[in-house]
Amino acid sequence: MTTATMTKPLSKSRKNRTPSKVGTTIGIVIILIIWLVPTIGLLVTSFRPVALINTTGWWTALNVDNGPVSALHPDPNASFAEKLGTRFTINNYVDALTGYRGTSTYLDACASGTKPLGMNCNLSDLLNPRGMGRAFVNSIIVTVPSTIFPIIIALFAAYAFSWMDFKGRYAIFAILVGLQVVPIQMTLVPVLRMFAGMGINGTFPAVWLFHTGFGLPYAIYMLRNSMSTLPKDLFESAYLDGANHWQVFTKIVLPLTMPAIASLAIFQFLWVWNDLLVSLVFLGGSKPVMTYQISNMVSSLGAGWHLLTAAAFLSMLLPMIVFFALQKYFVRGMMAGAVKG
Amino acid sequence: MARATTASVMKQGKSVPWLYLLPALIVMIIFILYPMINTIGLSFGNADGTASAATTCREGQPCWGVFENYRYALTNELNTSSAKTVWDSFWISSYGNMIKWLLVMVTFTVGFGLVFAVLVDRIKQEALAKSIIFMPMAISFVGAGVIWKFVYNYGTFQVQTGILNAIFTGLGFEPVSWLSKMPVNTFMLIVVGIWMWTGFCMTLLSSAIKSIPEEIIEASKIDGATNFEIFSKIQVPIIAPTIVVVITTMVINVLKLFDIVYVMTGGNFGTNVIATRMYTEMYTNAQYGRGTAIAVILILFIVPFIVMNIRRFTKQESMR
Repeated sequence: MTTATMTKPLSKSRKNRTPSKVGTTIGIVIILIIWLVPTIGLLVTSFRPVALINTTGWWTALNVDNGPVSALHPDPNASFAEKLGTRFTINNYVDALTGYRGTSTYLDACASGTKPLGMNCNLSDLLNPRGMGRAFVNSIIVTVPSTIFPIIIALFAAYAFSWMDFKGRYAIFAILVGLQVVPIQMTLVPVLRMFAGMGINGTFPAVWLFHTGFGLPYAIYMLRNSMSTLPKDLFESAYLDGANHWQVFTKIVLPLTMPAIASLAIFQFLWVWNDLLVSLVFLGGSKPVMTYQISNMVSSLGAGWHLLTAAAFLSMLLPMIVFFALQKYFVRGMMAGAVKG
Repeated sequence: MARATTASVMKQGKSVPWLYLLPALIVMIIFILYPMINTIGLSFGNADGTASAATTCREGQPCWGVFENYRYALTNELNTSSAKTVWDSFWISSYGNMIKWLLVMVTFTVGFGLVFAVLVDRIKQEALAKSIIFMPMAISFVGAGVIWKFVYNYGTFQVQTGILNAIFTGLGFEPVSWLSKMPVNTFMLIVVGIWMWTGFCMTLLSSAIKSIPEEIIEASKIDGATNFEIFSKIQVPIIAPTIVVVITTMVINVLKLFDIVYVMTGGNFGTNVIATRMYTEMYTNAQYGRGTAIAVILILFIVPFIVMNIRRFTKQESMR
């Protein structure tokens, strides 16, 4: 009882302001600014017109009177807000999504009446194979199964490694710990030959299978680490109550492992979404994913910063949403609470 | 030992564990084990795996017979004209760069991750701060490559649109071509790695710190412990196993590191690491024998950490 009454006011004071606290806060703010600046530079640049990107630094974006004559507001006495309006644009995003590569912009070209080569000037351009819109769809088709498959398979294996006795348990787990660190390049050529024999190169199942195989060792390792820290009493009392493995697995272990599953899902999702090499080798240009599309733009466009920055930011959107949405699974004390209950 | 008691409490058929394991084992054998063995075999062959590596030896040149690909993998980057050139060329070889990556990146990602995890635990906007540090982890290497190429951008005209060179010229220095100037370029790539992976370390370490019962921290505060004492004498020792896991994971990540170098410099200007060199041999030069030999060497570097992991695993099990 005393603990309960003591803890509350104290844990509150833990986040109160004291002199050292102010120093800590200032230090953290400086670190956070340093961490953010590169990404802010990308974000700001992605909304600036081409002419300004190449002639002025993005940190001068609010200086509305610099840059080449062509980028200046025609009326030198226009208000700050009016001038600012002409200094930012969403054209880079439209061009990146539709895959427009001309010297004008997609919207201007379509407005002028002459359709850009291979474009229809309607929503179907979002699925243009050269654009980031199509790549976004392809990335989702690749990523979702490649995240779910290995986690489901790994949950069963991790349970066996944590709470079952069988011959060769150590030996198999040792091999698994080793497989976890096998570089992806070590297996690409043989698997590529195997897929060629099956005739599935360039299809989504090829990527799903490869990611499932490669995601497994780490998934099992991480889930086992989490499952094996569950208190033994839980299992003993469940067994004494007559529960079998399947019931223990589904009713006790799975709910308690949820935080680990959530963080594993986040990492596997990010890994697959952000992977370039596997998609490059097994899908290539036939079903381009976002990373493939961007790397293609890097090599074919050189310093086309307006398209690169917009495309890069588009590829970052979904991973960020997923991360923020699943953050609640990292809530502290979930485990402790379950055991206490 | 105690585990055996647990298992015997429960009635389990001998085949039950294998039912749980089978899907995972089949997938891993097909997609990792078999290709690996295939790869090891290729490392003793010629460029396309049709004959022994020994057949690629030339008259009057050094030759290691069937290990010829390994001779190439280990010595080809070195300039052997004198001890000094060997030393100099080593530090811009894939192996020398790997040492730089390991020392700098692991130290800073784990160190920053630990310090940040403890610091942000003390402020009100903890979730926001952690999200910002973790955010680069959500970005692809390709995306990070674009971001940092822009930071490092070397303007050939008078205007520097890359912020690093803008700061540098603002301080009165000459602009630097950060990604092509040796030896600074490798460290510039490592900065990108630290920026990306610190959030990963922080997240794992932070959840470990948070699993420490509040009562322990509160009790030591009542006893008059300072924040630093709580950090060094309570939090760090308790989460030491997690720290070891994080360090091991980071070392392995760095050894396998490929994307940052590939996207930003392509391994040029003396920035090669083992994985990019392997890729170049395999896919650009179509030298399967040499490429797979480098892959096998990479695995050999990783073996000590595998052993370490397994030792820790065994110890953990016996203590249970």
